[in-house]
Order: sequence, then C-alpha cells, then structure tokens
Amino acid sequence: MSYDQSLTIFSPDGHLFQVEYASEAVRKGTCAVGVRGKDVVVLGVEKKSVLKLQDARTVRKVCMLDDHVCLAFAGLSADARVLIKQARIECQSHRLTVEDPVSIEYITRFIAKLQQRYTQMPGVRPFGISTLIAGFDSDNKPKLFMTEPSGIDTAWKANAIGRSSKTVREFLEKNYKNDMEQRDSIKLAIKSLLEVVQTGAKNIEIAVMTDDKKVRNLEVEEVEEIVAEIEKEKEEEAEKKKKPTSSA
Amino acid sequence: MNSLVQKYSKTSTAHDEDVLGVHGKWDASLDLAFPTFDIPGAQNPLSFLRNVTDEASSDYKIKIQHGTTTLAFKFQGGIIVAVDSRATMGNYIGSQTVKKVIEINPYLLGTMAGGAADCSYWERELGRRCRLYELTNKERISVAAASKLLANLVLPYKGMGLSMGTMVTGWDKSGPNLYYVDSDGSRIKGDLFSVGSGSTFAYGVLDSGYRNDLTVEEALELGKRSIFHAAHRDAMSGGSVNLYHIHEEGWTYHGNHDVAALFWEYQDLKAEERAAAV
Repeated sequence: MSYDQSLTIFSPDGHLFQVEYASEAVRKGTCAVGVRGKDVVVLGVEKKSVLKLQDARTVRKVCMLDDHVCLAFAGLSADARVLIKQARIECQSHRLTVEDPVSIEYITRFIAKLQQRYTQMPGVRPFGISTLIAGFDSDNKPKLFMTEPSGIDTAWKANAIGRSSKTVREFLEKNYKNDMEQRDSIKLAIKSLLEVVQTGAKNIEIAVMTDDKKVRNLEVEEVEEIVAEIEKEKEEEAEKKKKPTSSA
Repeated sequence: MNSLVQKYSKTSTAHDEDVLGVHGKWDASLDLAFPTFDIPGAQNPLSFLRNVTDEASSDYKIKIQHGTTTLAFKFQGGIIVAVDSRATMGNYIGSQTVKKVIEINPYLLGTMAGGAADCSYWERELGRRCRLYELTNKERISVAAASKLLANLVLPYKGMGLSMGTMVTGWDKSGPNLYYVDSDGSRIKGDLFSVGSGSTFAYGVLDSGYRNDLTVEEALELGKRSIFHAAHRDAMSGGSVNLYHIHEEGWTYHGNHDVAALFWEYQDLKAEERAAAV
C-alpha cells in the first residue's frame, strides 16, 4: 500500500510522506539566508535570473508583514502569497485586539500553526514553503525564526532555506560569530549566498533591518561593492597560502 | 437565533478575507468561541429584551437592580482602588459583605458595578483568558489588552440586558493603567473613575481631595473617605470599604473597613479638629 497518496495517513515507520515531499519542493526553491547580528538582522535571497522580457520588479522575495517584521521564503511562490496575506491580516488583527504590534515569535507561531493545520486536514495539501521571519521586538533585540511545511518553528542565529541550504548552513556554522556588527553580518550573508549563486551581485537581494525597525534593501552597487571586497579577501587568502613556498 | 449571535460575534474586521478561517480567534485553543446562551424565542429578541428591562416601557417586567459605589484613580504612587460591599435586591439588602473587586491575577484587578452575576461571570471569564494569554505568549497580558478582551466579550450582548460597569486596572510594561469598560460597549482609558449608583457622591469627595502628588497613605485615605461618603448617603451602597493599592510589584490589599465604624471615627476626628481650632 502506498502511504504517500494521502496526507492524513502515517506510514508504518512513522512518516507523513506528503509533508516530506513538501520539503522537497522547498529544496527546489531559490536560496534564502538569514543572519542575526548584534543589533541587526539581514535577510538575503537568491534572485532567479530574470528572463529578458520579464519586468524584474514584479518578483519580490522579501516581504514586509508589518512595519517591524520581514519574511523571506523558499518554495512555491503562490503558496507563499497566501500565507503572507494571512500573516499580514493577523498582524493588524493583533494590533486591534491587543493594542500592541505582534512579537516576532507570535507571528512565527501563527504561520507555523497555519502550516501545521494543512498537514492534518482532509482534502488539502501542505504549503510548499519554508519561511525565514526576521525583525525586532519591543525589547529591541533582533530575532530570526524559521518555519517549515510540517509546521515546526524554530529560532536561529543564522540559517538558510531552499536550494543548497545544507551547504550554506554548513558555511554559516563555520563562519558565524556572535554579536557581529552590521557590516560583518551583511558580509556573512552575501558570502554564504555566493556559495550557491554563481553569477554574483546582480542575482542577490539583501534586506537589512536595524533596531530602529527600519528595513533597507541594499542597492545593487552596494552589494557589488561588498562582493568585490569579498573577492579581494579571497585573493589575499590565496596569496598568503602561496607565500611560504615562494620564499623557499 | 444562533445566526443573530453569529452576526454580532465577529470581532475580526476582515471576515471576508478569512478564507482559511483563522482570524478573531487568537486564543490558544481554536474552539474558544463565545459561550452560547439561550436567547428568548421571540421574533426579535433584542427589542423584546429591551422592552422588558426598560423601566419606562409598559412591558416592564424584569427589574434589574444595581447599587454600588466603586472608584479607582491614578497618582504618583500607582493606583488606588476602593469599593463598597453592599448587594441590594430592590429594597432588600442581600448582603453587606460582597467582594466587588476581582483579583484577576497578582497585578490585575477588576471592579464590579451593576448586575452582580454579570460582573462576576464575565470577569472570571476574563481571568481565564488572561491566564491563557500568559501561557501562550510567555508574558503577562497588558491592561489595554485585558480591558479590550472584556469589552469584546460583552459587545455581542449589547442591548440584551447585560448590566456591567467595571474598571480594569493594573501595572504593566507601560506603567500603571486604568480602563473603564461597560456593557454598553464603552472602553475608556482614564486617570480617575467612579462607577455605580453612589458614584456622584464619591466624585464629590474624590475630585475635591485629589492631587497627583498624594502620598500612598493620603491616597488610600482619600479612596476610603470617598466610598464612605457615598455609602453614607446612597441607599444602595454600604457595608464596608475594601481598599487596594496597585504598585510596580502588583496589588496589595489594604483591608476591609466597616462603614458604620468609619462614621464614628470621622465624627471623632471632626470633634478633635473643632476642639483644636477653638
């Protein structure tokens, strides 16, 4: 008997195959990276190459849920659209009922709850997206959360989702330092994205949120400048490695 | 009838957008819908109820009695809450020892004026939801949110004869806060309120003695005195005064003071002052 035909059946060894297949769909999506610094959160996304006749501005991968919360996703864009809309409504609904903006954890939990519900209902399929939710709470500390198609939500110092996320996450684990300044956080995000984005600055989009709760999308020139700096550092590293042999 | 309750039960302004059926229900459990009650099996329950509880109408049959004095005010040292303790059913004094302050949690208080059952039921329900909020969000609920919860709870029953005039007050992240919430749907933030049939008497004494820079002892005395004067002159208020002080660490109970004993105490004080002045 095939246990992957229905969402609401467990396999004998405890898998919900449909949910796992949803994660596969996420792994096909473009990469997104989040880095939490001392007083900044950086979200970086890989922009798919825009076809010649396409208007680049219509492809948005980093979205605002409220003034102080950002979301980046990996996976099926249409599913993301639905979730983001519900999250945006919930942010306003929360402001109305409780007279306070949502905390990042609250909205993450809301999105995760929604994703989980769709793994336990007949006649539907799970959302094929993972999300990275970033922002600042009223305590002015930066926060970064991730949700998955299964409905799990977790908090992170730095994470990656989508294509080659495992590689990028390993890179982040090796190079992450606690309490990084803004510049270093941005550099780390770009550096880790460069592991998967071969074509460079024009296919990377970076959003930086600072503790004044303002979000800034970096201009292409700024990203290019940092990429150039990273390249230079790589060359210098390579030079240093060569040096000992040259003095022989 | 259920459709009527449904119509008034929607607290979310975006119910057209609510395709996934998730909004207006931010409680921990999704089945925490409004408790449902029996509604008169009349053609139009609202106008039926309105007729029957309105003193001026010819159909006046349900006499809802509410006599009370409650007050609360903000000052430099926090918030003072003072209430009387008499419950009346028409001309009959039901009890002289009613607790008209409900301790929602160690830093949130609610006062009760109006229908005793309405107040105590809904404020207990508020207490339950505040606790659920704390568990879900791992932080205390703000006074603004708690008062809004209560206001939204009773709004669907507007016009159906609920009688509740309450003050929700406490100390939260943004400092001391005081809100007045009633069964007509009002929710007002303020620094000084008095609610109930004896409120006019209390306001007189309260307003003339109030200053923001009162000390805690002076403020407690002012609250006690205001309730005493209302209890003295208003037939529907009396029994004893219950005093509370809300400060940064929560609320503290400052005792039960019998109104009759207070009368003689103040008489003696007056005599002393007169003797001193002479």
